Amino acid sequence: MAGQTTTAELPDGGQAPAPKISLRDVTKRHDTQLALDRITLDIPASTFFVVVGPSGCGKTTLLRMLAGLDAPSEGQIAIANPEAGHPQNSMVFQGDSLFPWMTVWDNAAYGLTMRNVPKARIDEVVGHYLNKTGMYGARTLYPHQLSGGMRQRVSIARAFANDPDILLMDEPFSALDEQNKTLLHEELLRIWEETRKTVVFITHSVDEAVTLGDRIMVMTAGPGRIKTIVPVDLPRPRNVVELRHTPAYGELVYDIWAQLREEVDRARSREPGSKA
Amino acid sequence: MSAARPRSLWSDRTISILSPLVLLGLWEICARTGIVDVRFFPAPSNIIGHLFELASSGALWRHVGASLYRLATGFVVGCVPAIVIGLAIGLYRPVRAAFDPLISATYPIPKSSLLPLILLIFGLGESSKIAMVAIGVFYPVVINTAAGVRQIAPIFLDVGRNFGASRFNMFRTVALPGALPLIMTGIKLGAGMGLVLIAIAEMVGAKQGLGYMIWNAWELFDVQTMYVGLFVIAIIGFVMNAGFDALERAIVPWRKG
Repeated sequence: MAGQTTTAELPDGGQAPAPKISLRDVTKRHDTQLALDRITLDIPASTFFVVVGPSGCGKTTLLRMLAGLDAPSEGQIAIANPEAGHPQNSMVFQGDSLFPWMTVWDNAAYGLTMRNVPKARIDEVVGHYLNKTGMYGARTLYPHQLSGGMRQRVSIARAFANDPDILLMDEPFSALDEQNKTLLHEELLRIWEETRKTVVFITHSVDEAVTLGDRIMVMTAGPGRIKTIVPVDLPRPRNVVELRHTPAYGELVYDIWAQLREEVDRARSREPGSKA
Repeated sequence: MSAARPRSLWSDRTISILSPLVLLGLWEICARTGIVDVRFFPAPSNIIGHLFELASSGALWRHVGASLYRLATGFVVGCVPAIVIGLAIGLYRPVRAAFDPLISATYPIPKSSLLPLILLIFGLGESSKIAMVAIGVFYPVVINTAAGVRQIAPIFLDVGRNFGASRFNMFRTVALPGALPLIMTGIKLGAGMGLVLIAIAEMVGAKQGLGYMIWNAWELFDVQTMYVGLFVIAIIGFVMNAGFDALERAIVPWRKG
């Protein structure tokens, strides 16, 4: 179902609002290699949108284009104008992205500081999110004094404190162990429930996708195309551990994994040394 | 941990304090017993005695003061543009394209061989000494600063851009602190080079300074004064390095270990 688009489905059957993020035939080539092929997609406001796909399918490229860090080779990306005083997007990067030369506090306050937000307001907002992520007590420490999980907490606090219109997350938990991952899923959902910002979240973990997302987009192995978009009708707020015991969760994981499986196999068959 | 005890007695620090003392002791014995010629190798006790004489007469302080003033001024004159240019080389490709060949071509020239040219341009006064120090400081600092910026992980530049850092803030919050550990390495190398060059520069056409003191002592065959000059330069170099190490610990607190 390549090229499928989604729109907001309102229960009262009213007019769907304009999408928050809208992509039209977005294509990206690295030199001559096609990385993303004609992605057309609408993401409604306040949606937790998850993208899964095999390694090298262009997930990160897609996110970097949404962040404005890369430009598409062809096609248009439209992001609805943010309210005054909000940055359009903030990214939670994959891997270590905290500045080693700043304390936890200064890292979390970075976006606000760059925007010259008054100090009293910075103190309030940064304090709030460091509390939410359980990092307030560590605010004077430097990143090298923290564990990987703590660093990602600060990185999430930094993005939320910046109060962006949309949040972009690039496999933020991929380097963490299972326990830390589950804890951070819970924390992320709790913080997200407060604000319900539009999120685009990239992962290679189907479990993570179903746990967090409202919609899950499965991508094909390179060049990346939209294979399918699956709605996740699990109730919110979600209890991460309880959720994983429900049959609906298991079915979703099974379905999406089946879709993804084909693509992972295709990607592997193209690797040098494979028999295919 | 019984094995740890004798170890700590002969720790690296103990050995590094003892070794020069042992050497001085041997030297003293050899000088007193006539094994070495005291005209060339006066006993350390005599040198230290002479150092106190020169210090109390004020002559030593005049020379030390002159050298330190030139060293400090030349350091600032060389260091500040080196950091600015180094950051720009690291951040902007066109700047790198413009400066890289100039720096690579002029870097291998021994700085001491520039002294006649510098004297020609700046004359015999203070400015030629300051210029020599500045040149010595400039190269290691500019090269290390540019390398320091280039080794900053690209993700930090992405973070800066994503969180809306202006061009100036990109310098201030990403490039400068990210390059700081290597900048400090450059500064230490540069300061050492500055010390070498000030001693050489003061041997030609100066009326005071440690280099002048050493050169003048050679002309007068005042070997003890020559040794005092060498000793004081060694002390200045040592204190300078310890000072920069302390400075580094204070301004690079995120450097592990």
